[in-house]
Amino acid sequence: MALVAASALARIEKQGELRWAGDLQGGEPYVYRDPVDPRRLDGFEVEIAAGIARRLGVRATFVQNDWSNLLPSLARGDFDVALNGIEDTPVVRAQALVTRPYFVFSEQLVVRRGFPLRTLAALRGHRVGTLASSLAHTILRDTPGIEVVLYSGQEEPYRDLALRRIDAVLLDSLIAERYGLTNPALEVADTDVARGTYVAAVRRGEADLRDALNRALDDMEARGELSAIFAKYHLPPQPALPNAAAADQRAHFDAAQLVLFLRGALVTLFVSLLAMSLAIPLGLVLALTRIYGGAVARFSSHCYVELFRGTPVLLQLYLLYYGLAPIVHLDALTAAILGLGMNYGAYEAEVHRAALGAIPAGQGEAAAALGLTRWQQLRLVLLPQALRTALPAMTNDLISLLKDSSLVSVITVVELTKQMTITAVDVRSWALPGLACAAMYFAMSYPLARLAARLEARLGYPEVPGALQESAA
Amino acid sequence: MSIVRVAGLRKALGSREVLRGIDAHVEQGETITIVGPSGGGKSTFLRCLNGLNPFDSGVVEIAGFTLAPRTPPDAPQLRMLRVRVAMVFQSFNLFPHLTVLQNVALAPVHVRRDSPGRARERALELLGRVGLRDRADLRPAQLSGGQQQRVAIARALAMQPQVLLLDEPTSALDPQMRGEVLAVLRDLARSGMTMLVVTHEMAFARTAATRVWVFDEGRLVESGPPAEVCENPRSERARAFFTRP
Repeated sequence: MALVAASALARIEKQGELRWAGDLQGGEPYVYRDPVDPRRLDGFEVEIAAGIARRLGVRATFVQNDWSNLLPSLARGDFDVALNGIEDTPVVRAQALVTRPYFVFSEQLVVRRGFPLRTLAALRGHRVGTLASSLAHTILRDTPGIEVVLYSGQEEPYRDLALRRIDAVLLDSLIAERYGLTNPALEVADTDVARGTYVAAVRRGEADLRDALNRALDDMEARGELSAIFAKYHLPPQPALPNAAAADQRAHFDAAQLVLFLRGALVTLFVSLLAMSLAIPLGLVLALTRIYGGAVARFSSHCYVELFRGTPVLLQLYLLYYGLAPIVHLDALTAAILGLGMNYGAYEAEVHRAALGAIPAGQGEAAAALGLTRWQQLRLVLLPQALRTALPAMTNDLISLLKDSSLVSVITVVELTKQMTITAVDVRSWALPGLACAAMYFAMSYPLARLAARLEARLGYPEVPGALQESAA
Repeated sequence: MSIVRVAGLRKALGSREVLRGIDAHVEQGETITIVGPSGGGKSTFLRCLNGLNPFDSGVVEIAGFTLAPRTPPDAPQLRMLRVRVAMVFQSFNLFPHLTVLQNVALAPVHVRRDSPGRARERALELLGRVGLRDRADLRPAQLSGGQQQRVAIARALAMQPQVLLLDEPTSALDPQMRGEVLAVLRDLARSGMTMLVVTHEMAFARTAATRVWVFDEGRLVESGPPAEVCENPRSERARAFFTRP
């Protein structure tokens, strides 16, 4: 261990640079591009990294990395230090060595202006939003009776708070100030629910680098350099340091977690089946419009299909849930079902259109020659045959939808995949939760495929010999 | 009074004139066989009679209905006409997802609103008439081609039409199966059903028809009793057709 550790600092001195990572997407005031000169980086963490590198006698080099994957990338060796608003939590300590804190923040409870419930304890039975796997998430889960709503972006919880989809948001003071309190309809109810700290992380086994970083941070604090940086970026005044990080309360992958998984699987199944039962009739209407409609109807149907197929379903979910919120106030589950249903409707339209197109023209002619109305021709002759052709493709889409439904976690619906990621962070392992998650998806999709195969066999009939021949003269 | 009367019927597909002015009539109970070289307009003419093909100009009066030029094939007023003027196709066009019985009973139940019980009884009767009563519960794909065409004939008869149009009913069949279908048609002709049959089956055209029509290049070039038309055609075109190798 000591041997490896001794080499870390030596390696950095040899390479002449301290490679540190953050995510520019987190933005101001952490690490962001200088708006005047986009080649330059700005942010209080940029200056801290520069101060540390100077003390190590090397230059600081920034490495862009997706925030939620900073620690795995660190472990893989993509850079030397992760320094980007990483909270000192047991979860982080389980994955990396952490330095002394370089910044202290408070967790702030933000509510709508004038909202009567102003403490976490008072919010029992209410919906409170936060970011997944943050310190605030841990605090909320440990507060009985609170319904936690998880977001993946910093702005969305405050947006939903203003829209009354949730009643409070618990996040750290930096985020609250920049993303929440800029909205005059919101206010802080409790400025100091808990304290947390930001730390830098290095690989386990590189204790010498950690110690060197600690010495550098101590020196920067002693010389007033840290407080000067905080003042420059208008960060809230630093309260006294809290106690060291709480004891590691590692969760285990046990029956309770399995129950959560089953609940996630139910949400996945519920969302998928309802979305598909919306997509199939919607697709049918679109396909019939496309085949039999007038010019305007045909064009509209064509536009719908191309628009919904040609843009990411993730974007459509965002627009439906956040973009349309001022006009149509959908709850998350409804938005998820509608969003996936409308998207898959475009695909089903093409499936139905192809299936109807595959029926020999003689079938429609024979039906017409018997005196059936247009609608009877469709209902009694064409659609039953199209259904059989379309069934394999529709089964395929349903199974695909089952997995695509994991996208709805971006609009706060905790389904199977989201539950898996939360559990994986809690138990510090992706292996077991990952396998359990995969098994549950399979346990849902395989019976669906079997069911469809049996239905297909029941509707089955061999092709009619000669049905494809057209009359000569 | 003629049950079918056609005057000045013209139809073009793009720049090609498929029908160049057809004048013809059919009396109740007649069996007309329509013969002539391929591409002469026989099938198109037949499909104009029940509105499956719209025509450009002229008049079609059939089973008490008058068809105007350019009537779209899905026009609602064609439905009642098609109940009285049934059609049998070259490729049978049975509905593969329905049983033989359901194929025959479909229109009586959904167009005439017969009770399912009565429609079933009638369908079995018709299947008996074409010799397939014991195949009622099979799917079309389980039948031979000749059997399928006989079911298609039963299906066409189910609405008790006044005129039966048959578009090359035996062309998709091998010789042995042709015989069984032609036997059914002869039987129908004897029973007094008014039929127009487009066919290449010269023996049938001669023996079963009251009159033979010869179509060539969009014109009805010859019409008369089989003996006259087939043995002693007057027009150049018809002579060329009957004396080809």
